[in-house]
Amino acid sequence: METLISILVGILVTVAVYLLLSRNLIRVILGTAVLSHAAHLLLITMGGLKKGSAPLLGEGAESYTDALPQALILTAIVISFAVTALLLVLAYRTYKKTATDDLQALRGFEDE
Amino acid sequence: MLTITLSIFIPFLAAIFIPFLYKRIGRHIGWFVIIVPIALFILLASFIPSIANGETYEHTIRWIDSAGIHFTTYLDGLSLIFGLLITGVGSLVILYSIFYLSERESLGRFYVYLLLFMGAMLGVVFSDNLMVLYVFWELTSISSFLLIAFWYHRKKSRYGAQKSMLITVSGGIAMLAGFLMLQFLTGSFSVREIIATIGQYTDEPLFLFAMLLVLLGAFTKSAQFPFHIWLPDAMEAPTPVSAYLHSATMVKAGIYLVARFTPIFGTEMSWLYIVSGGGIFTLFWGSFNAVKQTDLKALLAYSTISQLGLIMSLIGLGSAALNQGADANSILYAQATFAALFHLVNHSTFKGALFMVVGIVDHELGTRDIRRLGGLMAFMPVTFTIALIGSFSMAGLPPFNGFLSKEMFFDALVNARNFDLFDASTIGILFLVVAWIASVFTFVYSMIIVFQTFFGELHIEKLEKQSTREASIGMLIAPSILAVLVVGIFFFPNIIGNYLLRPAMNAVYPTLAGAEGLAPKIYAWHGFESVALWMTVGVVVVGTILYKTLRYWKGIYTVAPMKWSLDSVYNALLETLENGSSFLTRFYMRGYLKDYLVYIFSFFIVSVGAAILLTGSYSFDFSNNAPISLNEYLIVFAMIVAAISILLVKSRKTAMILNGVLGYSIAFLFVVFRAPDLALTQAVVETVTTALFLLAFYFLPEWKKEDSPIRTKVFNGLIAISVGTIVTVLALTVQGNKMFESISSYFEDSYNLAGGKNIVNTILGDFRAFDTMLEVVVLFIAGIGVYTLIKLKVQKEGRDYED
Repeated sequence: METLISILVGILVTVAVYLLLSRNLIRVILGTAVLSHAAHLLLITMGGLKKGSAPLLGEGAESYTDALPQALILTAIVISFAVTALLLVLAYRTYKKTATDDLQALRGFEDE
Repeated sequence: MLTITLSIFIPFLAAIFIPFLYKRIGRHIGWFVIIVPIALFILLASFIPSIANGETYEHTIRWIDSAGIHFTTYLDGLSLIFGLLITGVGSLVILYSIFYLSERESLGRFYVYLLLFMGAMLGVVFSDNLMVLYVFWELTSISSFLLIAFWYHRKKSRYGAQKSMLITVSGGIAMLAGFLMLQFLTGSFSVREIIATIGQYTDEPLFLFAMLLVLLGAFTKSAQFPFHIWLPDAMEAPTPVSAYLHSATMVKAGIYLVARFTPIFGTEMSWLYIVSGGGIFTLFWGSFNAVKQTDLKALLAYSTISQLGLIMSLIGLGSAALNQGADANSILYAQATFAALFHLVNHSTFKGALFMVVGIVDHELGTRDIRRLGGLMAFMPVTFTIALIGSFSMAGLPPFNGFLSKEMFFDALVNARNFDLFDASTIGILFLVVAWIASVFTFVYSMIIVFQTFFGELHIEKLEKQSTREASIGMLIAPSILAVLVVGIFFFPNIIGNYLLRPAMNAVYPTLAGAEGLAPKIYAWHGFESVALWMTVGVVVVGTILYKTLRYWKGIYTVAPMKWSLDSVYNALLETLENGSSFLTRFYMRGYLKDYLVYIFSFFIVSVGAAILLTGSYSFDFSNNAPISLNEYLIVFAMIVAAISILLVKSRKTAMILNGVLGYSIAFLFVVFRAPDLALTQAVVETVTTALFLLAFYFLPEWKKEDSPIRTKVFNGLIAISVGTIVTVLALTVQGNKMFESISSYFEDSYNLAGGKNIVNTILGDFRAFDTMLEVVVLFIAGIGVYTLIKLKVQKEGRDYED
């Protein structure tokens, strides 16, 4: 399972990097979203998968899966959500101001 | 002795008070400033008898103990000569500048810079600690920079200041490196301790580098070839500054350094070659170029370069006394250094006087171009007399002090032919011939100063200020005193020889200290059999002929085109550096986000990829893998398909839905991985994110097809695949090599520790609640950010905030 997820993470990273290298602003933001998916999956995989039951006491389980990566991912999900939201509004403002979402055209002045 | 340490600080303290006094006092502020150097001169002069008796004074203030850097001052014969020159010429220059500069100039600024310089220069010559010496050394560069650009509204002043700053500071940095090497070798920053122990380290490889770097500092400061080019451009400074800094004191800091370090490096053969060879060539080059100058100050600048070369070469030859062993000749060889120190004093007197004379001419007539000047003798008799004394002394004629030191210079060169290391018939002769030719040129330009300025016809219409009157008495006092000294030293040279030069010789040659004949008596007359006398006669005869025929051979100066001059090389170098760096920066700072991302990813690929490959640390261990069921395969397969499809779809809505597929599949995977809280959050966040994306699409244009060329796409694809592969390899390697057990078993006791049964929630709320708090802050800030960005749009209609 870990190997499979690692390969999946690699594919997601590949897709994310390709999107980040794009000229289109929305594609770049989409790239960051995919990249954070990859990071979350990688985090949980590193903790080991399906080693026990869900980390809830009172179920009387023998062993539990690692709870720490789950807490870390929970934090990361919220933060990446906040960042994505901000990026989207930024993109919206950029478009309003410059009337383009092409990053090649958003270079600024020729000789700064 | 605290007095010496204080004498360094007094000018700095005075400099602090000047701005306060300047605004309040109606009189010329220079009258208050001049008290400082006069007091210091008297103070230092009071040490002459005890120093002449062989005493030295030392005082230490502990400064940075851990680094061995202490504020140690040391007064011996060598530093006393320089101290007296700095304060003595300093007093005269300030006296002169009181009459030279009008009240309309910003005098407060001028005297602050000048006092800074004076303090720094005293610091250079009195410091025993290399680091403190370096601090003061750079301070002289900085104050010189400020003084050259005193009239900062002039372009040429700024150019000259920048040039001198660049060259002297580069040399200073090299010198710092040399100092650090010396400290590394000997373990001490103290010059005297290094002198005492350096004998054991002369074979170390660093020793030679230290020597070269220290010499680089000395050569740049003392305007030796090819670093002399800053000095003529520094002539844009007010004339008192040129007289003080660029003839009598700062340019001699390099000479001081070489003399001070002779006991350290003098035993080395290369030291002798570099210092004397460099000096002799500078002597020739400076005197050769001085003849073609039409600006009197530029002429004096080249003459200073040439005379500094003379002194430098003498000190170099003098070091033969150290590396030739203690045979009978070594005392004889040391005479060269004696001549150097003597000429150092003489040069300060006559060159200071000459600069002041040129300043007077400039001040009274508004020009210092010798093509416009002539016939000034009639109405400027005093100025003329001083100029005559200074020039003839510079040319090496009796009865002026320059004659004595020029004779001693020739004597030293004649002696140098006996060196074991020189092939007497070749290099020794070569030195002698070059020096003699240089002296002839010196004679020619000295005559130019006197005859082309003061004789001939007066062309009053060519002058800017058409007045025919002598300068004010006040302006003449300082150069007159110097001129009297020039003559006085000729008649009573042994006063200086005994009281100043002898202790200085002991300082330069600690091993020979006190030896009989180290400081000989100076005679004006050596008898007819003296080679030096006939050389001087030759100089006068050939020099007179050359001067008379000047206009016939002046053409040789135009043989080499301007673009070959060292100045153009310097300018071209600066330009190339600027263009080169700007080209380089433009080459990679292209302003496209994509390019920077490519750099970042490439760096990641190269560093991490190479580290994995080169250390061979990739190793896979699949034994601990959890089993996979069919529906998990399906989820992963769906994700892979969705991810790849994002790249290919034409519509952004499809891409968004595919991203949603990824998000929800991850939520499913979280369920599979026994992470209920994550699954919940992921599902909710994914929903909101998708909604946000769709909202943004309402305002944004439909995305266009990527129309970049296929080559770019392949390149991007390669980078993306490499990054993905490296991440996978890393992930697999890490999983196969767990080094220790997880700490999570501790959290499994959460009910007892925190009173909660949901372990993930207790971690978030109890064990690691700081993370959660700050995560909330992140969310809060993002909310404010979103709000501001949208609000700002409303306000923007009226005003443009970007300007």
